[in-house]
Amino acid sequence: MARTSRKANRRHPLATVVLIAIGLAFTGGGYALFSSTATADTSTATSQATVEEGSKLFAANCATCHGMNLEGTTAGPSLLGVGAASVDFQVGTGRMPLAMQGPQAMQKPPQFTEEQTAALSAYVASLSPGPSIPTDSQLTENGNATNGGELFRINCAMCHNVAGAGGALTEGKFAPELTGVESKYIYEAMLTGPQNMPVFNDHNITPEDKRDIITYLKYIQNNPSPGGFELGNLGPVAEGLFIWIFGIGAVVALTVWLTAKSN
Amino acid sequence: MTIEKTKADGLVDGTTDHPVGAPPRISNAPSARFTSAAANYIDERTSISAVVKEFGRKIFPDHWSFMLGEVALYSFVVIILTGTFLTFFFQASMAPVVYDGSFVPLKGVEMSSAMSSTLNISFEIRGGLLVRQIHHWAALLFIASIGLHMLRIYFTGAFRKPRELNWVIGFVLFILALAEGFTGYSLPDDLLSGNGLRIIDGMVKGVPFAGSWLSFLIFGGEFPGEEIVGRLYTLHILLLPAIIVALIALHLVFVVVHKHTQYAGPGKTNDNVIGYPVLPVYAAKAGGFFFIVFGIIALIASFFTINPIWNYGPYDPSPVSAGTQPDWYIGFADGALRLIPPHLESVIWGHTYSWNILIPITVLGLFILTVLIYPFIEGWVTGDKREHHILDRPRNAPTRTAIGAAGVTFYAALWSAASSDILATHFQLSIESVIHAIQAAVIIGPVIAYFVAKRVCLALQKKDREMALHGFESGRIVRLPGGEYIEVHQDVDEYERWKLVSFHEYKPLMIRPNAKGKITAPQRLRAGMSKWFFEDRIAPVTRTDLERQKSHH
Amino acid sequence: MAHDDTSGTDVAAFSSGADGVSTSAGRAVEPSAGASSASGGLAVITTDGLADPGIPPHRKRVTDLDPKKAKTAQRTVYTLFYLSIAGSIFAVAAYMAFPINADDPGSVRLNTVFLGLGITLALMGIGIGAVHWAKSLMHDEEGVDIRHPVRSSDDTRARAVEIFHEGNVESGIGRRSLIRNSLIGALVAFPLPAVILFRGLGPQNENPAELLSHTMWKAGARLTLDPSGLPIKAADVTIGSAFHIIPEGLNDTHDRLEQKAKAAVLLMRVNPSDLNVSAGRENWNYDGIVAYSKICTHVGCPVALFEQQTHHLLCPCHQSTFDVDNECAVIFGPAKRALPQLPITVDGEGYLIAQSDFLEPVGPSFWERS
Repeated sequence: MARTSRKANRRHPLATVVLIAIGLAFTGGGYALFSSTATADTSTATSQATVEEGSKLFAANCATCHGMNLEGTTAGPSLLGVGAASVDFQVGTGRMPLAMQGPQAMQKPPQFTEEQTAALSAYVASLSPGPSIPTDSQLTENGNATNGGELFRINCAMCHNVAGAGGALTEGKFAPELTGVESKYIYEAMLTGPQNMPVFNDHNITPEDKRDIITYLKYIQNNPSPGGFELGNLGPVAEGLFIWIFGIGAVVALTVWLTAKSN
Repeated sequence: MTIEKTKADGLVDGTTDHPVGAPPRISNAPSARFTSAAANYIDERTSISAVVKEFGRKIFPDHWSFMLGEVALYSFVVIILTGTFLTFFFQASMAPVVYDGSFVPLKGVEMSSAMSSTLNISFEIRGGLLVRQIHHWAALLFIASIGLHMLRIYFTGAFRKPRELNWVIGFVLFILALAEGFTGYSLPDDLLSGNGLRIIDGMVKGVPFAGSWLSFLIFGGEFPGEEIVGRLYTLHILLLPAIIVALIALHLVFVVVHKHTQYAGPGKTNDNVIGYPVLPVYAAKAGGFFFIVFGIIALIASFFTINPIWNYGPYDPSPVSAGTQPDWYIGFADGALRLIPPHLESVIWGHTYSWNILIPITVLGLFILTVLIYPFIEGWVTGDKREHHILDRPRNAPTRTAIGAAGVTFYAALWSAASSDILATHFQLSIESVIHAIQAAVIIGPVIAYFVAKRVCLALQKKDREMALHGFESGRIVRLPGGEYIEVHQDVDEYERWKLVSFHEYKPLMIRPNAKGKITAPQRLRAGMSKWFFEDRIAPVTRTDLERQKSHH
Repeated sequence: MAHDDTSGTDVAAFSSGADGVSTSAGRAVEPSAGASSASGGLAVITTDGLADPGIPPHRKRVTDLDPKKAKTAQRTVYTLFYLSIAGSIFAVAAYMAFPINADDPGSVRLNTVFLGLGITLALMGIGIGAVHWAKSLMHDEEGVDIRHPVRSSDDTRARAVEIFHEGNVESGIGRRSLIRNSLIGALVAFPLPAVILFRGLGPQNENPAELLSHTMWKAGARLTLDPSGLPIKAADVTIGSAFHIIPEGLNDTHDRLEQKAKAAVLLMRVNPSDLNVSAGRENWNYDGIVAYSKICTHVGCPVALFEQQTHHLLCPCHQSTFDVDNECAVIFGPAKRALPQLPITVDGEGYLIAQSDFLEPVGPSFWERS
């Protein structure tokens, strides 16, 4: 408990504002999942002990903003119906609990261990059903990369860039880079639509399609560009900067050598 | 005067040191005999000796900044060489095919032949990707070096008489290079370039009266159509290169006619050129430099991906990638489009005027036109009809340098706007504040740059004057008999001093009535402009100044 | 300090020289300028300038002074040339040693890198070798060329004028004005057929404004997923979702891309209470499900960056931002017009369908649109 209070003290005074913003995100996610006809089942395998552990963690770390019964407060959204997938994504990638105010919750080293995250997810899912954490069989990376690539370009590339390098949104928000993100979290993000990302439910992008998208992302991540270093995959801006700094730089250095009188 | 001196110094005189009448000494080695016979054979059929006599010992001055145009020329040669290779494999057709190459994530995707053949160049042909990357990197370097070359010409006043027309030719070459770049960028028909073409289509449609018709003419019907790649290909590999080659030839003919400019320096006058002869030094240096430029491009292309079309995928009007930008040289135009504030479009009498497109196009058009005619403007203001072969140090033409700095700032602000989204994500700013900041920078930046550059130039000129008169601070502190400490100033030597004082000074025009006793409007304008140009000026040190200074001590 | 010697800088100087044969006596503008007699305009002409000290004494290089250094330089140069040969051979070897294997994407990279390295070495060896040779071993005393005025000599110019004059007299082009003018007329007219030929670049019997004003959407057309073409039930569109939509049957058309370039639609669902619906559009959305054209009204990029919390739509090309809550009105960026809305409803089976085509042209503005 001492640890928890220390964390609470560390919060920035403006954290409330952020929590409201994030709360809104959760509300949206909650709505989305509530009205979804695709009701994901809660894991029945979760032991009662895990749920109890999660309950304690929730009361200590999350209830201040999200309410004791997930009902939400002015500081944070209701978590009813967000499901285990959403909790796993937000807590597992370190986005929750919030560290500071900002346009959107930033990814950071997770605050809880895997067991604690699982317990929190189980607890939230036990109170109200929602999308569950994808199973390993949904996350295999041997799907159809061609289909995944096409779907990625149509549904994701406009925000995340064709190579998953990320991109800007309005008012300081951004779509994060996807390189190095675990398959599980990519899947959960599509399913739950964290922050300002739209929800891609299983009717829009089927579980097979999601697997294909992950397959595609892992393909381009694991097969380095045949052309050599990728310059951040930022496209012509990075290329232009490179030629002006290194191309022109090298050429000018050599012209100076070429025209200087020899010793 | 100079000539006698150089003779006395035992220097080689490029034109007269080798009497034509003297028979060349030829050794009797078999190889020499063969060379001599071959030379004789060729000369008897071509008069080539006259050419060798004329150009073989032509003198070129040496300075690193004189090599920038060569960088452009050599990158162009590299582009021609690699581009020719690429044409053997590229299919400039938008006919749909199903990709069946070795890049897994695109297998089975429907795309145009252009895209498919570009992928095949990249993944099936050994060295194909290398050549593609050399071609594209060389194109970026080509235009960058043209830009830098133009800046050198501008800031040193090398565009003055008799080189005004060559400035115009060079500037047209720059515009043609942009066109070459853009047409080439569009050929693979990938998602990035397709969206680039879509932007062009949108801009064309915004043209009053004829926009929609022009768009249909360009694309052969509705966008995207199946024509545009083939048409751009003809421009890219035939029409534009032919014009560029012809203009480069003309550009170089003028360099020969005018002889190269040189920086001010001891012994360098408006009537001579001091440097190295074409044969052998310049040929070796310039020839070697071609290989160096080619080598740098090849090295970059071996290690750095450029335009990974396999990531972008084939063009489809529905998807788009975050961070969609044109190649760097079109960035200033894209930036101008981004900076226009919202809601600038109006419907007047049933017709739409897209000010959000027309204003950027007009502003850029005026900017380009101003750069194009700048030599004539300055020539009119100074009224200087003399030939200028000695370059100005930028500080010695403060107003010109300040105008240039303002222009560069304006261009740079537009250019940076084309990467507003990347700036936002990488510096954790909001995209709106980046745009607003750059909007302000486009207006205020050039003004600040103008005044800062002008003040810096004048300050540097003052420092030069100070140096020429009083010498430089030697760092040696001496105590005078009276107890006073002074730092000894050491005179610069006469060569150094000459560099500091050999420049021209202009003064504003005094308006006088013409023969009819009238003062005309153009005269007033010219007087105003000359005042703007030359009101603040620092005169070069004269003999009297120096003598006065010396007697003072 | 500045000597106000302005006799060369008067109005006459401004107009003189326009005829190109100005022979105004004008003093030599600088002591050493022998050939030039042109006006210096506003230049301040001083007779009090410092004297040019002439070319500084020549400094010999270490390779001129020390035969050992020259030897070293020579060795460096030929070593570089040999390295270049090695590079060329290496490149040829790399071509054979690193073939492209269709199953191994890494093979392309190896091929590119090693071939490129060989070529780089071959080029750099020659380049650096040649320059080093020129710099360290070739005769390095500077030479002097004399410049001549670009302007031709007076004799030549007089002769040129004479030739033109003779040409005029002998042809009579100045005198026989009818011939001259009719020739000019003919020369102006003859490229016209060539210009008109380019009309063929565009289609003959199509009216652009008409085509740009309509899309594939029509009453009853189902909204289908891009790219699969599967129809979508309203119930499947959950709040916060974004679906990328093409009209039913698009994939079977012969002009698929042209149709898609106009008909692409983004379907989103927000809380119905968030939507500010204007009069006449009350039934264009279906329970908070709205469909908007994806084609930016600025210059036509696909606007597809939907933020499910703020309900902003951002165009990634020029950052025009549209507010879905207010019928996609522009709130930032260069665009003027709101994105056109596609009126939608559901059919008997619960699938989303269009009520009609867009009621205004989609995409960038054009002259005939009002």
